[in-house]
Amino acid sequence: MSKKIKVLIAKPGLDGHDRGAKVVSRALRDAGMEVIYTGIRQTPEQIVATAIQEDVDSIGLSCLSGAHNKLFPKVVDLLREKGADDVLVFGGGIIPDEDIPGLKQAGIAAIFLPGASTEETIEFIRQNVKSV
Amino acid sequence: MEDLVAGLLAGKVRSLAKAITIVENDLPGKREILQSVYPKTGRAYLLGITGPPGAGKSTLTDKIIAHLRAAGKSVGVIAVDPSSPFSGGAILGDRIRMQQHALDDGVFIRSMATRSHLGGLAKNTVDVIHLFDAAGKDVIIIETVGVGQDEVDIVRIAQTTVVVMVPGLGDSVQISKAGVMEIADLFAVNKADRDGADKLVNELRAMLEMVKAEVKPEIFRTVATDGVGITELVEGIFAHGKRVEESGLVAEKRSLQAENELKAYIYDMIMERITGLDSYRAVVRQVAAKELTPMSGVEQLFTGLGMAKEEENAEED
Repeated sequence: MSKKIKVLIAKPGLDGHDRGAKVVSRALRDAGMEVIYTGIRQTPEQIVATAIQEDVDSIGLSCLSGAHNKLFPKVVDLLREKGADDVLVFGGGIIPDEDIPGLKQAGIAAIFLPGASTEETIEFIRQNVKSV
Repeated sequence: MEDLVAGLLAGKVRSLAKAITIVENDLPGKREILQSVYPKTGRAYLLGITGPPGAGKSTLTDKIIAHLRAAGKSVGVIAVDPSSPFSGGAILGDRIRMQQHALDDGVFIRSMATRSHLGGLAKNTVDVIHLFDAAGKDVIIIETVGVGQDEVDIVRIAQTTVVVMVPGLGDSVQISKAGVMEIADLFAVNKADRDGADKLVNELRAMLEMVKAEVKPEIFRTVATDGVGITELVEGIFAHGKRVEESGLVAEKRSLQAENELKAYIYDMIMERITGLDSYRAVVRQVAAKELTPMSGVEQLFTGLGMAKEEENAEED
């Protein structure tokens, strides 16, 4: 029996627009994954602490307030600090194209912008999570 | 595995988290971990929180955690949510109500999906409890899935079970039904600021009047979102815990828990052995063709396992 993929969907910062995060959570659930949704207004520290306790395979970060350049890399840095850098981190929300290379450099494996299909996200996770 | 267990026993978060993953998913190393950890269990106090979906279990648990922390206790939480019967996936949305504790080293919250297991809990919940126990958590809170009437697994595990109820879900006949209503050590009438709260409390009291017991479950009114009534509820939980310890019921409960755990393993292991026998598929065919009754089929398989009944062996002598 292969282990179920466990994903944390988190919204760092003060952005309260959570519809996208909920849509993605639902899609991942329907694709057979176990999703932990921690709601809005999480700090990077809370997100990483949660990811470690729950031993997730992947973290999906959602931000529509423009704070992604600060907050997304912070999550990756904290994961590294805690020795949890095998967690696959991806993001979505309102993110200008020109920010994406910087985010990828900082360790965010993929960005899914408005218009990306949930199938894309699901396939990406399946292909890229560290297998047991 | 040794390092993992050592880390777990030393209170390292990552070790505990990894160990839970192995144990929860029946991965290689599970047996080794549990064998090492089991002798170090038995210290933690097990508190069950159950009740229908939407009653406020998670919000209540969040507030209870705060009180326990203020009292200097370390807390482990297992929050169970249902798996989809269609996709096998799940949204584990209990800890969203408890995130104020995410950065507290004294609180470890783990979400688990039922994965089609019935009864209100996940199949390997007890194993995960052992890990929390060995890791030194003073109190382990097990929040069940939103249960209906008969998912009562929790009562066989927890020393104190709180049944959370909300106004508006039924009348006095509903309350008198068997199952979840019988397992409460305490009742928490949550959302007590809503219409129908008084009626519910009265109906509960009336139902409890007919219960033949020296000590009846206390009823508490709470408004979990506002933190109302939590102090009294937690005091009630501690008081119940004390009564359980002083009455010697703990030993009885532990014995029942041990037997339940043993039985679960017996079931799994025998099933694995029997279905692994060469003769198994042949017996299935014979039963399907009505050449054997299911009972005779099992008896044959038991003989194959060297587990024939004692009288039969005696006859051969």
